Amino acid sequence: MGVRVKIPAQLRAATGGEAETDVPQADTVGDVLDALYERYGDLRDRISENGDLRRFVNVYVGGEDIRFREGLATPVGDGDEVTILPAVAGG
Amino acid sequence: MPADALKCKECNTRYELEARYVCERCFGPLEVAYDFSTLDVAETRRKIQAGPRSIWRYADFLPFAAAPRPGLQTGTTPLQRADRLADKLGLREVWVKNETANPTHSFKDRVVSVALAKAVELGFEVVACASTGNLANSVAAHAAHAGLESYVFIPADLEEQKVLATGIYGTHLVAVRGNYDDVNRLCTELSGDRPWAFVNVNMRPYYSEGSKTLAYEVAEQLGFELPDRVIVPVASGSLYTKIARGFEEWIELGLLEGDVPIMNGAQAAGCAPVASAFADGHDICRPVKPDTIAKSLAIGNPADGPYALELARRSGGSIDAVTDDEVRAGIKLLAETTGIFTETAGGVTTAVLAKLAARGDIDPAERVVVCITGDGLKTLDAARGTFATHTIEPSVAAFEAALPQAVTA
Repeated sequence: MGVRVKIPAQLRAATGGEAETDVPQADTVGDVLDALYERYGDLRDRISENGDLRRFVNVYVGGEDIRFREGLATPVGDGDEVTILPAVAGG
Repeated sequence: MPADALKCKECNTRYELEARYVCERCFGPLEVAYDFSTLDVAETRRKIQAGPRSIWRYADFLPFAAAPRPGLQTGTTPLQRADRLADKLGLREVWVKNETANPTHSFKDRVVSVALAKAVELGFEVVACASTGNLANSVAAHAAHAGLESYVFIPADLEEQKVLATGIYGTHLVAVRGNYDDVNRLCTELSGDRPWAFVNVNMRPYYSEGSKTLAYEVAEQLGFELPDRVIVPVASGSLYTKIARGFEEWIELGLLEGDVPIMNGAQAAGCAPVASAFADGHDICRPVKPDTIAKSLAIGNPADGPYALELARRSGGSIDAVTDDEVRAGIKLLAETTGIFTETAGGVTTAVLAKLAARGDIDPAERVVVCITGDGLKTLDAARGTFATHTIEPSVAAFEAALPQAVTA
C-alpha cells in the first residue's frame, strides 16, 4: 500500500520511464518527495529549489492542489494519490 | 519566417519547434524565440499592408516555417472610437477593440488559428483543449473547418450558450464535474500520454503567440502608432502578457516608436489571484477557488501569473478587480455608450476602465484601448433584469398608457 505517486511525462527521463511509483512510508507530501529524490537523483533539481517546490510545479493530493492544504506539510496516508504536474498549462 | 526555437523563459534552454511546453531542466514555460534581424522595416510594413485581411498578414511574427493554409477568417476586428464612453468617464480618447467580430465571437479564434495550424504542420490528427467556454467554441469550430477530430473539456457548470455553441460543431464535448482548474489538471494529465494537440497545454507556446496579433492590429489600425494605455482582462495572464510582447517586438524592430503602453489587467473580485498578489506586492499568485459570474476569467491558478505581475509593475500599470455588480454595470455601460454587447469578461474590463478613470489614474490626454474579448450573446444571464420590458396589448391606447413620454401632442 502506501502512497501512489504519478509522474508527469516531462519527468520520466529522470525516473527511468516510470509513470507511477509507490512510496510505502510517508506522513507528508514533503516526505513523499524526499523519498522520490532519494530514489531518482535527478528529480530534486528539476522540481525543487532551496528546499521548496519550483514556482512552475503543481502538486496535488487526491486531485486537490496542496497550496489549498498545508503545502509540503500536507498529510498523506495509505491509499492517497500524489500527482506532480507542470503549472504552465491552460488559459 | 524568423521563428527559430522554443526557449525556456526561466533558464533559456532551447528546444526544437515541436509539441513541447515545459522545460525538462527546470519545469519553466517554453516560448517561441525569433530572429528578426533579417527583416527590413519598410519592407515588412509594406508586406503587412498588402497581406490578407486576417491574422496571417502578421505571418512573419508567428511560429511557422512556411505560411500555413488559412482556416476560418480570424482577426482584423474593428477598433472603434468610443467618444460617448470617454465623455461619460471624463476621458478624451478611448478605443474599443471589438473581438466579438471574430468567427466564434471571441479573441480565442486568434490563438486557436495559430495552434491548429501548428498542430496540422506537426502532423496531429486530434486536437483538444481545457476551456472556460470561449476556447471551447473556437476549438470545436476551427477543428470542424479543418476536418480534425476534437475533444473539448469544460467545467460542467458553464453557461448554456457556451455549451450549445460548442456541441453544435460536432466535437466530443466533455463536461467535467469541477472548476476550470480541475479541468486543466485533467487535461495536463491526459496530454502526457495521448498523441493529441491540446491547444493550451502541449501547444501552448504556439497558441499564446496568436494573442500578439491583437497588439499588431491595434497598432496598425492607429496608423502604426502606440496607444498610451491598454486594458486587458486577465485569466491565465497569457493574453495580457502577449499583447505587451506584440508591442515590444514591433518597437524593437522599429515598426513602432515609443514605449510599451501602460498595461492594466482586469479581474473579477470572485477570482482575483493576480490582482490580490499585485495589491499585496507579491511576485507569485496564491491560487483561489473561483466564485464569479465572469466564468471566462474563472481561473484560480493562473499559469502566467508571475509574468503578468512583472508586466503590470514594469509598465506602470496595475491589476485591478471588480465585483459582479460592477461587471453587470460595465456590460450595460459599454452597450449603452458604444453599441457593443459584451460577455462578462468585457464587463470586467469596462468596469476596470471606469474604476481607473474614477480613481484619477488615467490622464485625460491619454489614448486608451479597451480589449473587449467576447460577445454578450454568450452570457445572456448577466443581462437579465438590468432593464425593463414594456409588455402591452396591440393597441395605441395600451402603448400610450405604458409609455406616456411617447404620446404625441
